[in-house]
Formats: sequence, C-alpha cells, structure tokens
Amino acid sequence: MNPLFRLPRLSARFIPVWQRNYLVWKKLAIPSILGNLADPMLYMLGLGYGLGSLLPDVGGMPYLTFLAAGTVAYSTMNAATFEVLYSSFSRMHVQRTWDAILNAPMTLDDVMLGELTWAASKSLLSGVAILAVIWGLGLYGNFWMSLWIIPVVALVGFCFGGMGLVMNAVSPSYDFFLYYFTLVITPMVLLCGVFFPVSQLPAAVQGVSAWLPLTHAIDLARPLVVGNIPDNIALHVIALLVYGSLGYIVALALTRRRLLK
Amino acid sequence: MLKVRGLTKKYGDTDVVRGLDLTVRRGECFGLLGPNGAGKTTTLRLLLGLIEPDGGSIELAGIAVPHHAREARMKVGVVPQMDNLDPDFSVRENLLAYGRYFGMSKAAVTARVPELLDFAGLASKADAQIAQLSGGMKRRLTLARALVHDPDILFLDEPTTGLDPQARHLIWQGLRRLINAGKTIVLTTHFMDEAERLTDRLAILDHGRVVVEGAPRALIETHIEPAVVEVFGEGLADWTGQHAADLCQRFETVGETLFCYTSTPDIVIDALKHAPALRYLHRPSNLEDVFLKLTGRDLRD
Repeated sequence: MNPLFRLPRLSARFIPVWQRNYLVWKKLAIPSILGNLADPMLYMLGLGYGLGSLLPDVGGMPYLTFLAAGTVAYSTMNAATFEVLYSSFSRMHVQRTWDAILNAPMTLDDVMLGELTWAASKSLLSGVAILAVIWGLGLYGNFWMSLWIIPVVALVGFCFGGMGLVMNAVSPSYDFFLYYFTLVITPMVLLCGVFFPVSQLPAAVQGVSAWLPLTHAIDLARPLVVGNIPDNIALHVIALLVYGSLGYIVALALTRRRLLK
Repeated sequence: MLKVRGLTKKYGDTDVVRGLDLTVRRGECFGLLGPNGAGKTTTLRLLLGLIEPDGGSIELAGIAVPHHAREARMKVGVVPQMDNLDPDFSVRENLLAYGRYFGMSKAAVTARVPELLDFAGLASKADAQIAQLSGGMKRRLTLARALVHDPDILFLDEPTTGLDPQARHLIWQGLRRLINAGKTIVLTTHFMDEAERLTDRLAILDHGRVVVEGAPRALIETHIEPAVVEVFGEGLADWTGQHAADLCQRFETVGETLFCYTSTPDIVIDALKHAPALRYLHRPSNLEDVFLKLTGRDLRD
C-alpha cells in the first residue's frame, strides 16, 4: 500500500507537541480567552435578549436558552476550526515548526495528533466559557446534567479539529481558509439549529442538516442545557467521532504528501 | 557510522537519487557536495527516514532506516538549511522544547542548557526572543539545538549559507570543537573552502550519484593540474586561439575568462608578457576547480 495512506500510528509522543502549544498559549492566555469568548457571547446576549424579547418560546424554551445551547456548540466549533486552520498553518507552513519537530524522533502522526488534541483542548475552554455564562445566568435546567456538556464540548472540538486539519493540509495560503468558512462553516451554522430550530427548514434541507456534524453536536448539547437526556446519544457521539477521526486520517495522508515527498 | 548502499529515489519519472553508495566512519567529518538539484537535500531526508527510498539500504548509527528511523533519529542532530527555530519561544525555551521532543525530562534538558548556550556563545541571550537574534546567532542556536540530546552524529544542510564571514568562522570553530570531541559530522555545502577546511573526506554528487569521493587534498592532486592561470582582457579570443592549446595542459573559456590548467605556470606567465593587453591571475588549483571539472559549468536551477 502507498505509505502515504498508512493508517495513523498513535503514541504518547504527541504530548510534547501539545505541551509546546500550551506553553505558547499560556503566554497570551488572557487576551486569547477574551477573544474567544467575547464574540460568541455578544451574539448570544445581543440576539438572545434583543430578538428573544420579541419571540415566544423557541423549541419549547426561552429564546435566550435556545440560543445559548446552540452557542456552546457553535463557539467550540469555531475555536477548534480557527486553531487548526490559522494557528496550525502558521506552525506548519510559515514557521516550519513541524519540520523542526520531525527531525527529532517524532512522526507526522505524532505532530498532527498533538495539534488535534491541542485544538480540542483550546476549544474545550471556549465551550466551557459559554457554559459558565449559562450557569451564571441560570439558563440551565439541571446543574449536574449540564456538566455532561463538558465532555460533549471536548468531542465537538475533536470533531472540528480533525475536519479542519484537512483544510490545513491542502491550503496554499491563509486566504484559502475563507472558502472553508464560506462554504462549510457558515452554512452549517445556519442549517444546524444554532439560531433557529432545524424544523423550520424545508424537509429536503432538514435531510441534509441531519448529516452535518454541528447538528449532532447541538442535538447533544441543547437537551443537556435544558436538563433532559438527549435522544440517540450513541448516534451523535459516533457521528462526531467519525467526522473527527476521518478528518485526522485524511489530513494525515494529505499532509504526508505535502511535507514528506 | 553511516552506510548507504544502492540508494534510489524517484519523484514521478525523475530519478533524484540513482544508486548512491556512501560510507562515513565514526569521528569523521564528511562533506556532500554537488550543484543545485544534485540530490543532496533529498539524500539527507532519506538518511533521516523522513522519506521512503525506492531502493537500497541505509544503516545509520547501526540502525536500519527507514524501518527504525525513530530510533536512529534519537542519535542524530539536524541543522536544517532553513532556520526553523520556534519564534514563539525565547532562546532558552527553544532548547527546552526541543529536548522534550527527544523524550528528555525537564531536569535533563535544564541541566544541559547552560553548556549549550555557552557553546553557541549565547549565554547572555538566554531570554532573548528569536526575532532579536542576528542570522549568525540563529544558526548557532540551531546548532546548539541539534546537540540537545547529545547525538553521536550531526547532519548539517548548508550550515553557513547566508552568513557573513565573521559568522561563518564562528560556526566553523564550533564544528571543529565537535569534531575534536569525537562527533561524526555529515555536511552539505556549496562553499568549496568550507569543504576543504572542515571535511576529512567528501563526495561530489551529480544527477543523484557519487561522481567522486575522497579526501579534499587527494582529490585535487588526482583530478586536476596543480596550478591555474586565469586570463582575461582585450584580445583574449585571439590569444587563446594562438597559444592556449600549446601552453596549457587543459583549458576552458568561461564568459570572458580563460582558465588555463597547467603544471608549468611559469611558461604561461612568460608567454603572457608578450600580450600586455591581457591580465592574469595565477593560483594553485583548488577544490572548486575539481568540482567544476567534474560537474561542468552550466548553470543549474
């Protein structure tokens, strides 16, 4: 078999790569957290209160709660995506940090697993920050149930980190990432029930929506915010795992082709 | 320390490395020379197991590559052609982070840092950011970084390209200290003086195979006449037509210069006294003459 498509060999050697990113992030942690948090929170509070006051219950709950639950998933997706697109691309292509690491006894499998777990960690923080706002505003139904949102958020970060790495692998420059945002991320935000229930969409579009990873993320997160056990947990978890793992595997093959030719 | 047999690598239909054989002994400084596109960098990447060869065998520090490339790379330090220091870290943090990639404990790397900074002459810059360093300092730090895990063998890809003469001498000094300490070094270079000065033996590569291999002095003695008279000026073409074939053992015209290779330069110089319009430069032949003789003078891009 073509060695480019060899399955990933996972090992704990990814940890120093994760640690490298963590140490760099730590230097600028405060502005980074604020930047990650401010944007989704402004949308959530602005639309939630402003628009929400005009609306009856949406999806069986106050609009602010509805939107907050969507924002947890949305904000996590964005944080993971930005990390593996812009930041990973800087490290791979601009700073050549990956090249340096690959001269040590590390493989691309390790480096990209480090990047993926780092993106998931960083986006976990974004999701938890929104969750903290949900707690602060008392938007949750059951506190203990809402704690389950934390592993969900980690899984969502993994999913979108893996998918984003594919874009990282094929991108010639930063500008290229705009396609991904315009063609993938933004439509997903509109189709997956962040701002309004998927049931408002035409049936055909709902069929598409059911396949999108953000829909699975929100189908897990929203009931947990309200205090219900989500339906079809296994399906959603598996869907997110599959999107993330496939992304990682495909990204690894494409990046091998890119760097190790 | 390094044994390569029949190494081949193709990119599409292009043979980049075609049946390469190399042997580097422990404690030796070995040079890989060759024009652009000769396959030097590809060879280094193959030796490190970063890319898979299409054929042949590599044994690095007694370990088969690429099969056990990870283990082999534990014993190798690499100074890449392009600086890839971590710009998000300070000088000291660069060394600490790099040590972790080799699985070293924090205590073990921390203990080595002062010695490495000292070696690189960067003790006073430990907390400087990478952007504040000069080109020479960056190179020295890259060299120190390659030594963080105390490797047996060092690969350097054009270690002094882009440096000013002062900075080059500092790098050479560092390399000589490593050679004296018994490290094995494999370096690629475009600078013939660098190769002549540092290497015990070298191989000239062209079109993916070794054209010639040996000690620099021995190569000069075997492959080229001992002296060169470079002639240039008004009326060179006529003079060349009339005298070059008689006076030189071998000659070449490149641009506006005649290179006259000879073991009796005095005869050439005497003859040139009758052609006052021509100027000349008489010098002993060097590695560059060997290199140009063996790889040709046409430009490679």
